[in-house]
Amino acid sequence: MEIFNHNSNVNFLGLRKISIVLAVLLMLGSVFVIATRGLNYGMDFTGGVLVEVSYSKPVQIANARAALTSGGFKEAVVQSLGNSTDLSIRLQPKADPDAVKAGGKMDAAKVAKDVLAALKAKRSDVKLNRAPDFVGPQVGAELRTSGIYAVIFVIIGIMGYLWIRFERRFAIAAVVTEVHDALVTVGIIALTGRQFDLTVLASVLAVVGYSINDKVVVFDRVRELFRLARKAEPEEVLNRSINNTLSRTIITSLFTAITMAALYFFGGPAVHGFAITMLIGILIGTLSSIFIASPILLWLGVSKKDLMPVTKDNPELARRP
Amino acid sequence: MSDFPRWKYALVVVVLLLGLLYALPNVFAPQPAVQISANRGARIDASMQDKVESILKKDKLTWDKINITGDSKQEGSQRMLVRFHSDDVQTKAVEALKDGLGNQYVVAPNLASTVPSWLRSLHANSMPLGLDLQGGVHFLMQVDQSGVRQRQEQVYTGDVRQLLREKNIRYLSVSHGGKGVVAVLRSEADRSAATDAIGAEYPDLDISNGPSTGNRFVLDMQIKPDKLRELAQNTIRQNLSTLRNRVNALGVSEPLVQQQGNSRIVVDLAGIQDTAQAKRILGAQASLEYRAGIAQYPDQRVIDAVEKGIVPPDARLYYGKACPRGCLLSKQVIVTGDELTNANSGFDQQQGSPEVQVTLNAAGAKRMRTFTESNVGKPMAVVYIDHIPQTKMVDGKEVHSFKTSERVISYATVNGVFGRQFSTTGLDSPKEASDLALLLKAGSLAAPMTFVEQHVIGPSLGRDNIRKGVSAVILGLSLVLLAALIYYKLFGLVADIALVLNLVLLVAVMSMIGVTLTMPGIAGIVLTLGMAIDSNVLICERVREELRNGSTPHASIRAGYEKAWATILDANVTHLLAAMALMTMGSGPIRGFGVTLFIGILTSMFTSVTVTHAITALIHGRRKLKTLSV
Repeated sequence: MEIFNHNSNVNFLGLRKISIVLAVLLMLGSVFVIATRGLNYGMDFTGGVLVEVSYSKPVQIANARAALTSGGFKEAVVQSLGNSTDLSIRLQPKADPDAVKAGGKMDAAKVAKDVLAALKAKRSDVKLNRAPDFVGPQVGAELRTSGIYAVIFVIIGIMGYLWIRFERRFAIAAVVTEVHDALVTVGIIALTGRQFDLTVLASVLAVVGYSINDKVVVFDRVRELFRLARKAEPEEVLNRSINNTLSRTIITSLFTAITMAALYFFGGPAVHGFAITMLIGILIGTLSSIFIASPILLWLGVSKKDLMPVTKDNPELARRP
Repeated sequence: MSDFPRWKYALVVVVLLLGLLYALPNVFAPQPAVQISANRGARIDASMQDKVESILKKDKLTWDKINITGDSKQEGSQRMLVRFHSDDVQTKAVEALKDGLGNQYVVAPNLASTVPSWLRSLHANSMPLGLDLQGGVHFLMQVDQSGVRQRQEQVYTGDVRQLLREKNIRYLSVSHGGKGVVAVLRSEADRSAATDAIGAEYPDLDISNGPSTGNRFVLDMQIKPDKLRELAQNTIRQNLSTLRNRVNALGVSEPLVQQQGNSRIVVDLAGIQDTAQAKRILGAQASLEYRAGIAQYPDQRVIDAVEKGIVPPDARLYYGKACPRGCLLSKQVIVTGDELTNANSGFDQQQGSPEVQVTLNAAGAKRMRTFTESNVGKPMAVVYIDHIPQTKMVDGKEVHSFKTSERVISYATVNGVFGRQFSTTGLDSPKEASDLALLLKAGSLAAPMTFVEQHVIGPSLGRDNIRKGVSAVILGLSLVLLAALIYYKLFGLVADIALVLNLVLLVAVMSMIGVTLTMPGIAGIVLTLGMAIDSNVLICERVREELRNGSTPHASIRAGYEKAWATILDANVTHLLAAMALMTMGSGPIRGFGVTLFIGILTSMFTSVTVTHAITALIHGRRKLKTLSV
């Protein structure tokens, strides 16, 4: 079975002005959204207290929220735990200044007591589900820092590898596209207001890994075609590379997306954020492999002579595709 | 086929068989159980089993199996494991046994492995489950390193005062604040004399002259950064070992106590739901007492005390690692932990045997000297005491009290008169020496710890997560299998076989290394399955291309694999880099995911290239082919 015409010769590079402008706009938009709306950081990153309560009769989230607001917890984040009676309430340190002890730590037991008192003031059929969870703000801040280091490590590592295995221009094109993919993925999360927690961060890094995989496949073909072609017009070689790898790019994306959809629908709430981020990332990574990475290569001035192996040093290299 | 050598077939077969073997244990689901261990003095034996059975029968609780594990010769290492068919019974049994057996035994819920013993003898075990999959509590504890520095400064303050007095250097004051130790002397000459004396005695201090006004000559002393780093490392090690000991008191089957970063410790306790109780035990205060020893088992007085309860009026009966069958110690305390300023393990200068060097402060040294002067040749013991705060409800009111647990950690003979510094020798191994040193410090100098993170995962949530995780893996896998089969026909089927084997290998490697399976880990497995098929897509697309270019089927297969390999390698190495970053990123969930992804990429490179190549070569072999089903 084949879905794609193997003789396809779409002029993707011809669209490069439009696609690059779109990519730049998307990136600027993402930066804007992240800067203005901010990310809805999970407790992993902000620190805070998580209290779970259950009502004996069904409750509206809005009512619980109102009860908390009148009890002085304006910043509490209330979420349903999948049924109509159980709620989780997340409070950052600033939401309950009374409970903040020396050094910015929150007294979780006190927060839980305060929250329960506020809820009881409106409805008395509520009780604590279990002991409260808490994360120190310091711990969260360090996690954020180590997250940034991880991203930098990935970018430098990938750049170094591609620089050695391919060439400088490929390394730069890959990293620029990577930054685009990660930024736009995070931008969409910021736009939709989805919670950004540790699993989502892991997912963003996995998107980077996935999408670099995609770019390397195309670049590999670019290198191969440049070496094979006698008269290599860069634009034509790039176009042919994208077209030749097109069916692989899309089939792999579909296959990976299928598994992530299975994870989203059947894996439960613990992996929702992960799966949805992955799905967004796969879409963006696939589009950028087709429309963005190669135009950047062309723009950087990739040419046949940069990719010919140095035959004098190692005759073995010359025989490689 | 000539391009697929025989040794590669052998490799594939061996790896797959090993993979199947080591993945197999994960098929056996662990069983709810209750673990019973004995506190000091109590024993676990056949009569215990009768008692446990009668308690369970009384409450009409049915059990599956009861067995005793551990070395019967070594006191305290034995455990009784009672297995049940359901979680409900397990929960009820914990309550019933706790009430029925009393304080002498620790009763804790547990998940017992059902892996057959022949597999376990091959070191084939199932993957341990993370807290999110089996329920439990997670704590992150912060060790107060600044407190350690302050206390060290306090010790130096006392030492410097003593030294100046000994050297007859007159001083106005010696004190310590936030910025090190400060001595104020009366003259320039005194100051330089003090600098020389302190520099010679305490090489770990950086000494510098401070501003002098009138007749106040200030000397600033800072602890050197190297020493501070060493102190910080020691502190965390010592807190780790203290926590490990305390966690044992909770009876948790596979507790995780692990250092994280420079000043934090992760404690994961599976099966525990009562955070308050766990926090009380983890956050207990410890202290030390040096006491005169009177007699040790098998002395008749000790046997009388143990068996008949006849204890001499001036003595008390103690147990502990140093005297597992009991020893009598004097009621008089010689020195307490507050007076101990340091304890280090090392080697005896003369004989090279392991020893622990102990340093006392001035007050402690004086009393130690008085005691040893009249007790050379007699025993002296160290008692380690944990003070565990407890809250009980009495008449509807909360009553706070302390429960103390005492144990003897050292029982040795006094070999001479000593005061400020002495060492304990005759230890069997360097490990024993460092354990003792850690305990001594834990009872005297332990750095305060605070809880900075707490998560509680209910047991039903854990089971729910496993069920969802497994169904996501199965569903994701089946969908990909189906899609590949439809799209690439026979080559798709081969890729499918490889993908299933990839899952087996991934699970096998994770079990062999002992990676803890968590929910993000399962997400990593699902993602790996989706991406592992990529290599096969690359190969199949290449083969198709070669066929279209007019190559013969055999040549297409060969060229397809050859050309795709370079691409697969490049793509996977960059992907591995990303997985590595995830792995190095500190804490729990991300790490589990990164580790799974990393292993998955490696196993997928093997299965989707080598294994599929082997199968393809086997199918197409030397037959003459007109077409390929791809």
